[in-house]
Amino acid sequence: MRFLKSVLVIILSMVLLAGCSAAKPAANVQNNEGKAEEKVELTFYYPVAVGGPLTKTIDGMAAEFMKENPNIAVKPVYTGSYADTTTKVQAGVQGKNPPDIAIVQSTELYSLLDMDAILPLDDLIAQDGGDEFIKDFYPGFLENSQVDGKTYSIPFQRSTIVLYYNKDAFKEVGLDPAKPPKNWDELVDYAKKLNKDGRTGVEIPTTGFAYWLFQAFALENGKNLMSADGKEVYFDTPENVEALQLWIDLAKRDKVMPEGVIDWATVPSNFIAGKTAMMYHTTGNLTNVKTNAKFDFGVAYLPAKKNFGSPTGGGNFYLFKGIDEKKQKAAWKFIKFMTEPERTAQWSIDTGYVAARKSAYETEKMKNYISEFPAAAVARDQLEFAKAELSTHNNGRVTKALSDALQAAITGQTAPAEALKKAQQEAEKALATFNK
Amino acid sequence: MEKGQWAAKFKINAYAWLLLLPSLIFLILFTFYPVIKTLIFSFYQADLSTPEPLFNGIDNYRRMLGDEVFWKVLKNNLWITLGTVPTSMALALMMALYANKLLRVKSLIRTAFFYPTVIPMIAIANIWLFIYTPEYGALSHFLHWFGLEHLNWLGNQELVTWAMIIMIIWKEAGYFMIFYLAGLQNISQELYESASLDGAKSWTVFSRITFPLLMPTTLFVMVIAVTNSFKLVDHLVIMTQGGPDNASNLLLYYIYQTAFSFWDQGMASALTVVMVLILVVIAAFQFLFLDKKIHYN
Repeated sequence: MRFLKSVLVIILSMVLLAGCSAAKPAANVQNNEGKAEEKVELTFYYPVAVGGPLTKTIDGMAAEFMKENPNIAVKPVYTGSYADTTTKVQAGVQGKNPPDIAIVQSTELYSLLDMDAILPLDDLIAQDGGDEFIKDFYPGFLENSQVDGKTYSIPFQRSTIVLYYNKDAFKEVGLDPAKPPKNWDELVDYAKKLNKDGRTGVEIPTTGFAYWLFQAFALENGKNLMSADGKEVYFDTPENVEALQLWIDLAKRDKVMPEGVIDWATVPSNFIAGKTAMMYHTTGNLTNVKTNAKFDFGVAYLPAKKNFGSPTGGGNFYLFKGIDEKKQKAAWKFIKFMTEPERTAQWSIDTGYVAARKSAYETEKMKNYISEFPAAAVARDQLEFAKAELSTHNNGRVTKALSDALQAAITGQTAPAEALKKAQQEAEKALATFNK
Repeated sequence: MEKGQWAAKFKINAYAWLLLLPSLIFLILFTFYPVIKTLIFSFYQADLSTPEPLFNGIDNYRRMLGDEVFWKVLKNNLWITLGTVPTSMALALMMALYANKLLRVKSLIRTAFFYPTVIPMIAIANIWLFIYTPEYGALSHFLHWFGLEHLNWLGNQELVTWAMIIMIIWKEAGYFMIFYLAGLQNISQELYESASLDGAKSWTVFSRITFPLLMPTTLFVMVIAVTNSFKLVDHLVIMTQGGPDNASNLLLYYIYQTAFSFWDQGMASALTVVMVLILVVIAAFQFLFLDKKIHYN
């Protein structure tokens, strides 16, 4: 009897195992059936990187698209943060089971190219949309999409860094709330005036996206951090050392910024709670600050050194290799649908992201919103000075080398010049195989 | 006759193998096969610059030895182990002795000691993230009452290690207490009775009876504690991502970063091999050498 039981257990476990391995073919069968009915099925991975019920918004957009295009079924899959989404997409690529469409950080371009995972979109653009479509996107955003004259992604949820400042605090210390700091000297000067017990003058987050915030200062001091082909970086220039020294001085010499590394996620909470009078943060947080701040606040260009400047940021649509022509066309239809001016405008209003297309700002919807809330136009106007986000081959290693160096300098372990020199060496090592 | 014996033996053996088969299949599928595959992969260059993996001998290991971050995370792992294992074990023993002696509210105290273990690590990390947040975190408020300055616990290279050690002790001590409680139940009451007849002081009772007889438990807990300290990773995702400048990074998280942020599968495999070796050496050392010095009753 017992023997029988154990045999039963074994058989059961075998069946379970067989079930695991059988799951995949079953999915294929479904696909084949879909084809028979001339229905195209698309899997679409997307991340959510800012606050708010955005999964609902995206699912709603997909449902609307399917109503207009009954022969295409889009399956939106929420895949966590940007980092999680990248991991899932790239794991899918390596496991030969990628999604059809995904929103991934624009900076993953070289990694996805090196994995031979993505399709160039030029043919699809030429067939449907043409120059009229692609030239409508802001060049500052497209820079992260294009390499060697080819376009690989379409900007969607894009941002830049802006300066948020507390107008009530400005009034309190006798500063003109209509005049935010225009340059680095004024930034230091104003921060000193605004700083008091229980409130810091300014906060610049330095955890997850330290390299991104630093890039703004590098751009303001004249030069971007990498070459256009993503094979060279310029971390250890005297200008960058000067920029990093400014960060350290704000904290250590002037005591107007907290010492040590400042957490990305708590900076907006600090601003909203009145614990810091100014903050550097993504425009993606605009709607969050607008909803929650109990005081009058302003949004401004980042203070300039030699010129204004900010990196762009955020995610783009990518199409993945290995899907047939019919699917490509359907996917392209979906991308075009998602980036229609009206829809882009609504997306921008819902989130605070910059609408990626110029014509979105020509819509009634957007014009009304901006006249009501002029701060929403600041990020767009700043785009004139915006440049591509740090993106190179071997991107993970290169950005981590820079972020680690910045944190080492901020925590006082290494002098700025030395830290940036080390980052430069490490990045060069990581890029060496791509420069052969 | 002989044939019958052989058949009987076969029957018993086959029966044993059949019973083992399900777990054996899973072990091979999910442990042995990946370990071997990882070992093989660690001799290949498989990163973003190589579309197809290239055999490169011990190059990954050579690069690893020259990698500052690797040594930093290894050192961090060592500090976390040294910082958490002895303290949380001592704390666990004290809590067990206290909870064992209680006559009333026994289960309440035990639950209070044990509950941090039941909470998932992700939730714990979120709780402690709030505790450590500068300005309005719980700890900041507490220190403020005593007129102490705000400390940026997670943003400072020295403080972050301490912050992690304190959190881990808080989580682990209750878990180890359960083993000590079980160990204490196994010690015969007669020993305590005769000791009290002889008029032994409580310290003598502890050092001559309780502690030596708990040695098997202590060994067991130590193995678990040391290996656990190498398996920590969840809190880093929530709290620091290994920062600032890898000050809180640990080997397991560095493996994750290498595999899924750098996409360097070869190096990630080599790091995994090192991790597995470290765990095997710890387990072997404890079972082969320490085992002999312990008095079993």
